[in-house]
Amino acid sequence: MNNTIKIIGAVLALTLSSTVFSAETYQIDKKGMHASIQFKIKHLGYSWLTGRFNDFDGTIVYDEKSPTASSVDVTIKTASVDSNHAERDKHLRDEDFLNVSKYPTASFKSTNIVGKGEGKADITGNLTLNGVTKAVTIATIEIGAGSDPWGGFRRGFEGTTEIALKDFNINFNLGPASEKVLLELNVEGIRQ
Amino acid sequence: MSQFKPSQKILHWTTGITILGLFGLGYWMRTLDYYSSWYQTAPDIHKAVGVILISVMTLRFILKIIYPTPEPLATHKPWEIKSAHIVHMAMYSLILIIMASGYLISTADNRGIDVFGLFEAPSLFIAFEEQEDIAGFIHEWCAYLLMGLVAIHAGGALKHHFIDKDKTLKRML
Repeated sequence: MNNTIKIIGAVLALTLSSTVFSAETYQIDKKGMHASIQFKIKHLGYSWLTGRFNDFDGTIVYDEKSPTASSVDVTIKTASVDSNHAERDKHLRDEDFLNVSKYPTASFKSTNIVGKGEGKADITGNLTLNGVTKAVTIATIEIGAGSDPWGGFRRGFEGTTEIALKDFNINFNLGPASEKVLLELNVEGIRQ
Repeated sequence: MSQFKPSQKILHWTTGITILGLFGLGYWMRTLDYYSSWYQTAPDIHKAVGVILISVMTLRFILKIIYPTPEPLATHKPWEIKSAHIVHMAMYSLILIIMASGYLISTADNRGIDVFGLFEAPSLFIAFEEQEDIAGFIHEWCAYLLMGLVAIHAGGALKHHFIDKDKTLKRML
């Protein structure tokens, strides 16, 4: 009887641990900064203006056996916005745009992942920006994964999505060609 | 009795009017719509005039050190002399802080300030983290504070002229 319980217990433990172990946690390589969160918006409709957020962090829980069971959680310090122009950055941080003193962080938490094959996936999640939370879908592709030369294991993704400024209560009129922003994410995670 | 030198009178009124103009321009330019034809030119003028003001104010400070400040009128009460002195020193300090912080906003990305295409005031250094935001906050609130002191300063001059009927205002004309 006792032995039976032990065996069942062992089997259960193995099953559980194998499930747990198939999902690996990756920390975004913030220290070496092999990651970027960039944005791109049309200027007057004549060219692209690009910028980025310099300070962010996050984790990816990646399940190799069942990639759609993975999850992503990223937090961005909005004050780290950098468009390579001090006066514009100051304007982007004030109430007309990111309102960083009131909303110092933006975040993305995945809720659903749909695999598209060949390393591609649509990650839907809640994006919180300027105090507004809205579901967005990021089209992602796995760029690669493997051992690094320093004893670690890394996995990297690229993602893009497009958001409308007014969906996030950013109503400063930049003109009809500049109502949407493209977000480009490059993320390399180090397996923990 | 010592008098203000004509150069000091001219500098007092030109810098005074310029500072009022810069305050109005600075306030107005931040309310502009992105598609306003002034959206870029108004800040350009504000910054260029600000850079010129820095050099003119430097001259004014030098003259203030060289020439003795005229004695207050005999009819001035001690509290008037004391409060006028405090307001003067506070205005000078605020003007210095506003000019420095304005420069720090525009040069926070290592780019200089173009002065009407004549020359460029270079970015000399990055003073601290989040420079444009901290300097911007200081620039804005010190400007409001300065305008409050300007009101007290002008109110005092008008009081002396119309109520006390003394020569306080006239000797700056």
